[in-house]
Amino acid sequence: MPKTIVANDLRKRYGDVQAVDGVTLSVEEGEFFGILGPNGAGKTTTLEIIEGLRQADGGEVTVLGRSPWPRDPALLPKIGVQLQASSFFERLTAREQLRTFGSLYGVPDRKADAMLETVGLTEKADTPVEKLSGGQAQRLSIACALVHEPELVFLDEPTAALDPQARRNLWDVLRAINTEGRTIVLTTHYMDEAETLCDRVAIIDRGRILRSGPPAALVRDLDAATRISVASGVLSETEARALPGVDDLTDDGVSLVIATRDPSSVVAALAGRGALDGVQIKGATLEDVFLELTGREYRA
Amino acid sequence: MSSFQSLARAMFLGFRRDRGALFFTIALPLLFLLIIGGIFARQSTPKSKVLEIGAVPVVDQIPAEMRAGIDKSLKFTKVSDRDAALEKVRKGDYAAAIEQSGDRVVLHYSAADQVKTGTVQGQLDGLVQAANQAASGRPPKYRLEGQQVEDRSLKPIQYITPGLLGWALASAGMFGASTTLVTWRTKGLLRRLRLSPVPIRSVFAARVAVSLGVALVQTVLFIGVATMPFFGLKLAHYWWMAIPMVLCGVLAFLAIGMLIGAWAKTQEAAQGVTQIVVLPMAFLGGSFFNIDDAPRWLRVISEVFPLRHLNSGMLKVLVRGEGPASVLPQMGILLGFALVATLIAVRVFRWEQI
Ligand SMILES: Nc1ncnc2c1ncn2[C@@H]1O[C@H](COP(=O)(O)OP(=O)(O)OP(=O)(O)O)[C@@H](O)[C@H]1O
Ligand SMILES: [Mg+2]
Repeated sequence: MPKTIVANDLRKRYGDVQAVDGVTLSVEEGEFFGILGPNGAGKTTTLEIIEGLRQADGGEVTVLGRSPWPRDPALLPKIGVQLQASSFFERLTAREQLRTFGSLYGVPDRKADAMLETVGLTEKADTPVEKLSGGQAQRLSIACALVHEPELVFLDEPTAALDPQARRNLWDVLRAINTEGRTIVLTTHYMDEAETLCDRVAIIDRGRILRSGPPAALVRDLDAATRISVASGVLSETEARALPGVDDLTDDGVSLVIATRDPSSVVAALAGRGALDGVQIKGATLEDVFLELTGREYRA
Repeated sequence: MSSFQSLARAMFLGFRRDRGALFFTIALPLLFLLIIGGIFARQSTPKSKVLEIGAVPVVDQIPAEMRAGIDKSLKFTKVSDRDAALEKVRKGDYAAAIEQSGDRVVLHYSAADQVKTGTVQGQLDGLVQAANQAASGRPPKYRLEGQQVEDRSLKPIQYITPGLLGWALASAGMFGASTTLVTWRTKGLLRRLRLSPVPIRSVFAARVAVSLGVALVQTVLFIGVATMPFFGLKLAHYWWMAIPMVLCGVLAFLAIGMLIGAWAKTQEAAQGVTQIVVLPMAFLGGSFFNIDDAPRWLRVISEVFPLRHLNSGMLKVLVRGEGPASVLPQMGILLGFALVATLIAVRVFRWEQI
């Protein structure tokens, strides 16, 4: 598989903040790649170095076989970028905005209007960008990144301001694009999003990659307990403790929660006793992996 | 549409929908023209006010054929209190006071305004002469006959129009360029455009094209209004040379504005610095008064401002009737300003806010 992005030992320092501290990653053609990390981890900085917006202090990066720095006009039409902070021409309507961005790439107005439809903004076509809601502006900004059908798309927290409907719809749009064989790199704080969308994620903190791989593999490697909960009272605590494979147990009067690394035995035993009333089974998620790796303290 | 055209279109729409910008570039200068031009257009030399103490037969019995001429320049007010009348002359409220006892006519005046006093004295001298003739009954031997020649002096509107227009172009160009560049940078549009394949040159060229177009609209509107009969601007033969002249001037202002915008970090800083440049430039550039009347050192200083050269070039072609070649030096100087400011601006230019 040809590599779409190869970054080796990227470094970037702002004053006394080492924003990116030796990031090495590669993204294959057609891959859906996620960058996860707490606030200030260096996600945006890493992306902007790869996009060619910032010059790295050290390390090398190639994008589609070319160097993004200094600015390379031959590379730029092949990539589409949604920046973390939306930026628009002043006082243009959503439609004019998208058409203008499209025309920078030679995209006809008709196609720009179709893209407006894709992100669900047709109704807001004549609204000035200053009057769009946060989520609408975000969707317009994503549309501006996709309008010229780039081979490689960078999205920096694309769903940060979106409502659940818009988020699900955008997932569909991104999956469709990815299915066409185009490569997508996104950052997100939603672990469920990364889990559903990404082929591979990299978890980064303090400018370093802590772990990377397919989300399912990361979760499996965590070897975390599965939580099985049933309604309180269907089983006494002593009975529950006697079940095979129980690691830990809590009962808050509403639910009895059993932590286990052998969920199949526990569920089979519960079923044998007819104690499956209100059962819920929660496996470890990417969020557990994330918290395990990056800790629970606030980040600056 | 090419990317240049669509960028220019986007920027033009952004300008047209900006009420504030429209007011400052179009409405405010016209308002200035209306006020300043209106004042001067209406202005005539005020009559000199003369106090008449008691009865003054030479004044009261002016022959009818002289009356009209006298009334154009003098206004008599009858009073009886002599001391109060003299006090008023002393204070400068009245140009003079006149009294007559028998054959003796006395004119009291102060030397505060010598031109005015001279006029009053001359007029009243004529009156007394006329009265003498009337008394003697003999026709005068010599007679002064006035023949008017065509008035070629510049009426105030003739130099107010190019000056005010120059000021309007300078402030629109400089404020427009400096604040636009800062806005593009602080709002992140600059870095977003950097990611598009369009060369940044095209982005700036589109902005310059829009500004030049707006400047031409300003010029046409402004001159159009000034030539209305109420203001009475008379255009000289080569008035159309004002168009290339304006384009050169606006290029210089845009370049200086870009330089300020490239340097300034915030909108406030950009506006402040632009104001610091525009205001003295408008005064010393001769937009609000005739700089030729200023002392020599001030005139020399004024040469460092491009507006000075735009104004003098515009005066030449718009109202003085000089030929197209006469403004080539001014156009050259303005383009020089534009080039130098652009070169510095390119060096100072930053893509990122931080
Ligand atoms: N232009 C800048 N100048 C100085 N410091 C910066 C700049 N941009 C980022 N930083 C610092 O670099 C570090 C990494 O920032 P970055 O924006 O890459 O984080 P992030 O992972 O994208 O965070 P978030 O999830 O909040 O978007 C932070 O500590 C930030 O304060
Ligand atoms: Mg970020």
